[in-house]
Amino acid sequence: MAIQTLDRPESSTSASQELRQPRKKMTAGKIAAVVVAGLIAVLWLIPFAWATATAFKTETDAAAPKISWLPPSGFTPEAFVKVFQDGNIPLWTWNSLYTSAAITAITLVISALVAYALSRIDFKGKKVLMTVIIASIIIPPPVLIIPLFYQMLALHMIDTSWAIILPQVIHPAMVFVLKKFFDQIPRELEEAAVMDGASRMRIFTQIILPLSRPILAAVAIFVFIGAWNNFLWPFIATNDGALLTLPVGLQTIKSAYGIQYAQNMASALLAALPLILVFLFFQRQIIKGVATTGLAGT
Amino acid sequence: MSSSLAARRRPGSLTRSNLSGWGFAAPFLVFFLVFLVWPLLYGVYMSFTGKSLTGANDSLIGFANYAEALADAGMWRSLGNTLYFTVISTVPLVLVALVMAALLNVGLPAQWLWRLSYFAPYLLASTVVSLFFTWMYNPQLGLINDSLAKVGIPKVAWLNDPNVAMWAIVIATLWWTVGFNFLLYLAAMQNIPHQHYEAASLDGAGAWRQFFSITLPQLTPTTVMIVLLQILASLKIFDQVYQMTAGGPGGSTRPVVQYIFETGFTGYRLGYSAAISYIFFGLIVLVSVMQFAITRRRSA
Repeated sequence: MAIQTLDRPESSTSASQELRQPRKKMTAGKIAAVVVAGLIAVLWLIPFAWATATAFKTETDAAAPKISWLPPSGFTPEAFVKVFQDGNIPLWTWNSLYTSAAITAITLVISALVAYALSRIDFKGKKVLMTVIIASIIIPPPVLIIPLFYQMLALHMIDTSWAIILPQVIHPAMVFVLKKFFDQIPRELEEAAVMDGASRMRIFTQIILPLSRPILAAVAIFVFIGAWNNFLWPFIATNDGALLTLPVGLQTIKSAYGIQYAQNMASALLAALPLILVFLFFQRQIIKGVATTGLAGT
Repeated sequence: MSSSLAARRRPGSLTRSNLSGWGFAAPFLVFFLVFLVWPLLYGVYMSFTGKSLTGANDSLIGFANYAEALADAGMWRSLGNTLYFTVISTVPLVLVALVMAALLNVGLPAQWLWRLSYFAPYLLASTVVSLFFTWMYNPQLGLINDSLAKVGIPKVAWLNDPNVAMWAIVIATLWWTVGFNFLLYLAAMQNIPHQHYEAASLDGAGAWRQFFSITLPQLTPTTVMIVLLQILASLKIFDQVYQMTAGGPGGSTRPVVQYIFETGFTGYRLGYSAAISYIFFGLIVLVSVMQFAITRRRSA
């Protein structure tokens, strides 16, 4: 896949090797690039830094009329302790984790199955099915909230995790991404298995899926990030405090804490932490995932 | 019926293929039909009824909801806000992403560090972003006004001034989501063959010249795609507005998705809300058709 150059750390250096050859001229250019890139990076990191600085202040210092990076009473983990004692953040994190994991798992399974059929099996109605799935990419989720809510009421699923999970497992674009990847797997690889009389399911699980790990990972990451951060639908689907996901739960915290800025920032940082950690561990896969699944939109 | 027809044509094989084909498609199809197609169609039906959350009036009322919506200043205002946001957010969200990617493509050291700083905000939930920015926009205690004061700029009521609030949301959105476009640009830039640059530098083209005569033209398909994806994404804006201004001040930032939400869930008018949903959907379809036409013409 063309995008794979991204995960080679040296790739961009080699891409610009030619640019570097006339040394003197390019060094100045490069320094300028570092300076500008650095300025942008600082701007982009300030919200994190400012939230962190605030989260480690006492509420009094955070609300002091004269703002300061270094507070007069020093830094304290007080706000974090309070947020933890309050207990909501761990609960919401857990809710987000298992709903997002369930959404990702179901999405992967059903999308890979249908993508395999669309890529490899000749069946009647395949073209129609493909067209319908591609056409459905255009449906914006907010359009469905009203009828979906009504449907969930009828199914008695409001205020259950199912209401959060089930409507989020349909990703027509990801089916398309997987189908395109399966299309590239050489058919010869399957032929031997077909000769041996292997079933479709066997070919799918033992040949196609193992060869598709990179794209499966990419889709999984894309779907997981989306599910983890989704606000509108979980916000509508649940009122039960015990089921709130992290984004929805955090929304309730603002009013609950009123003007407790340090606690607000501590909560926000704790909520941000899991995905940032995941990113640090899986950076290459995440970047590749976004690039692959995002660019596949063409 | 169709399978027996197929069986006659190619005994055995296509029948079995039909079975396994639909078999593999079945799990997806079930979810697709129940949680996408059905709500989509049921929503159309709802939009022709007076259905409400309080006491159901299921009777069909024809186009009354649509007629009312088209005469509803609130809907037009929210559509206008949505379009305004889309127009003013798309330009920076594409340009800044391009600049970020171009800078990194020069071959800076510690690539991962830059990528992390530019992309990390994209990983945050809208609620986290809104908490960060509501705090920074705070008129008295906020970092932004404090920094502006140091260079002599008077206090701005970021989220409370109807003339500024939408721009405040654009800034927060830019910070939050530009990393996605940046990664798409970076991936595309790194796929441009080296030979182009080699040839250009042999001809004595400098870095700027190379950027404008090689990189930018080679990126045209990516740019078209990013612009259109961005327009579609911006049209759906809701989260950060709802969380930062709740649509205020005075409805000046309320987007159409929030209007759908409010007429449905706080106004209890599900049928009317569904009608507005489909007017909004029509707008999205229009943009998508334009996208299709443009990409078609490009590849033709």
